[in-house]
Amino acid sequence: MREFLEGSQAIAKVVSLCKPGVISAYPITPQTHIVEGLAQLIADGKLNSQFINVESEHSAASVVLGASACGVRVFTATSSQGLFLMAEVLFNIAGMRLPVVLTCANRAMSAPISIWNDHQDSISLRDSGLIQLYAENIQEAVDWHLLAYRLAESRNIMLPAMVCIDGYILTHGVEPVDMPEEGEIDRFLPEYQPPYKLDVDNPITLGCLADPEYYMETRFAIQETYKDILASMPQLFKEFGSIFGRSYNFVERYRLDDAEKAIVAMGSVCGTIKDVVDELRKKGKKVGLLKISVFRPFPYQEIYASLRSIPKVAVVDRALSLGSFAPLVSEIKALFFGKKKTPKIVSGFVAGLGGRDITKDSVKQIFRQLNQREVSGKFVDLKPELLQDKI
Amino acid sequence: MSGSQIKSLFASGHTACAGCGQSLAARLVIDAAGPNTIVANNTGCLEVFSTKYPESAWGIPWIHSLFENAAAVASGIEAALRFLEESSSKKRLRDITVIAQAGDGGTADIGLQALSGMWERGQNILSICYDNEAYENTGIQRSGLTPYDASTTTSPAGSRSFGNPRIKKPLPEIANAHGIIYVATATVGFPQDLQRKVKKAISLKGPKYLQIHVPCPLGWGYASSLTYQIARLAVQTGLYPLVEYENGVLKGVFKISPKPVEEYLKPQRRFKHIINNPEELSKIQEIANDNIKKYNLVTAAG
Repeated sequence: MREFLEGSQAIAKVVSLCKPGVISAYPITPQTHIVEGLAQLIADGKLNSQFINVESEHSAASVVLGASACGVRVFTATSSQGLFLMAEVLFNIAGMRLPVVLTCANRAMSAPISIWNDHQDSISLRDSGLIQLYAENIQEAVDWHLLAYRLAESRNIMLPAMVCIDGYILTHGVEPVDMPEEGEIDRFLPEYQPPYKLDVDNPITLGCLADPEYYMETRFAIQETYKDILASMPQLFKEFGSIFGRSYNFVERYRLDDAEKAIVAMGSVCGTIKDVVDELRKKGKKVGLLKISVFRPFPYQEIYASLRSIPKVAVVDRALSLGSFAPLVSEIKALFFGKKKTPKIVSGFVAGLGGRDITKDSVKQIFRQLNQREVSGKFVDLKPELLQDKI
Repeated sequence: MSGSQIKSLFASGHTACAGCGQSLAARLVIDAAGPNTIVANNTGCLEVFSTKYPESAWGIPWIHSLFENAAAVASGIEAALRFLEESSSKKRLRDITVIAQAGDGGTADIGLQALSGMWERGQNILSICYDNEAYENTGIQRSGLTPYDASTTTSPAGSRSFGNPRIKKPLPEIANAHGIIYVATATVGFPQDLQRKVKKAISLKGPKYLQIHVPCPLGWGYASSLTYQIARLAVQTGLYPLVEYENGVLKGVFKISPKPVEEYLKPQRRFKHIINNPEELSKIQEIANDNIKKYNLVTAAG
């Protein structure tokens, strides 16, 4: 049913339709509307779930870890500092192979403290074992949660999954959303059947100490599982499309077929980039967008196939790896190494940190800069006058 | 083995040191709790010596996540059991005993926030602190439950130090301040009292806290054959009062005929530097005397 919903309310609604048995969260802006929505659904008797109010994000993640280990579907959500406080637990959840699903309402990292959007929080957890899915709009935010649960709970996967949505832009923005029906969701996402759980009738030990004889194979196993995820996702996308009528993929190729210039980006900025692409196409410029929706696992083949014939590529990072190349551009550059067919230029741009708007002009500027020689880590829309300030 | 051997839910063959008080207490606790129990365990000696892959000493469902989060993990377990019972026709899952257990560092220091949160939420969980009075697993560093004057690797005795300069953090009082239903101290030196308290605790619905004194031969520096005696002497000198509260009201104390604190301190290397120092000894005797007075520990006949 088509509804006009705030992003957070839409996510609360779709998560409630996934029927998590235990929800736990700690307040942090801009995530909080999501769990407030869920708390209200429980208070109104519309969702049968245990909502555990905790004293920190570390405990929120630990509560859902414990509940997931009992074989119950769980949910949590956070942002920024909260995600970092969860980080220790999230690595642990991945290592323990528990299918926790969480939403990250993307927000910049302190200091200086900022409640506004960029991707530094989730990108910094790229090595944690979390599946990471990025939404362009509220519809995608809703749909990625269904895919996140289905992926996380698959017998051959059993890993935590995080849906990343741009703070404020998607959490507080309002858009028409085609909200999936409960029956459709039940068909796509059957009741969770845990392959292992804490059970007094069949006692198991979870969270053992692994000495050097055993540790490395557990990490190898997760790495192998990520190959399985890449292999199994196309079928899942197909199934999703047949039930819900919307098709997804690891990446979205927007007007790329004959493009001479392309921008690579993730998240809500892709909407702005699409508008600019349309405008420039009207003027006869051959430009396009490669939107990366699935960041972990990193879809090497799809990205390579999408970009190899495009002469000039700009990668927009909304996060940094201070002291080195930005995360997304370094991964994309790495996948072209040793390949015969590659773009002539892969330039890296850093934009939209701490909520700085990425406007149509910013995007046009990036396309223009592709006429010059290759750059890496070029900041877009810096204010030079502020750089003179003594802080 | 002889036919009299009793099957325990905590199997032998783990890798604890000889004379480990914590391993004895863990066995007494789980055998008193019984098989209808799920345990969440913080990182520490107990977790390391009982679950080195591919072996486990535990005959009940058991989970270890991190150093500071067993109380939160247990909260998730308890919430999951409530959900499963309410949403299915399964047996009374909420009758399953949920235990969150940790050492003194995992309880009083790094794990206190999660523990306080769990107590405040009123969840039906028994939290147990195996108090060996230092971070023994990482090499005998000082914790918030290290006693006054104990020499540890991070509060060493020296020409300008008598060891740990602080008294133990009053965890039972902190637990009581949360308004929880049951708070008690116990020791591996009095096993029947310990097991009675475990059973009492799990018979009550709500959050419970049990702090168990578990001597550590390696960290405290005494002969491994003396664990039981050392544990009893801590109680008998008044340095480790055994007390029991229900809803914040003192319901029972373990009565003693007090022995001088030197009897407890002397066999332990961690107190060697003060054993001939009358001034420091008198300060420790004062701590024992305060306990004796505060909890009225002395028997009527004594």
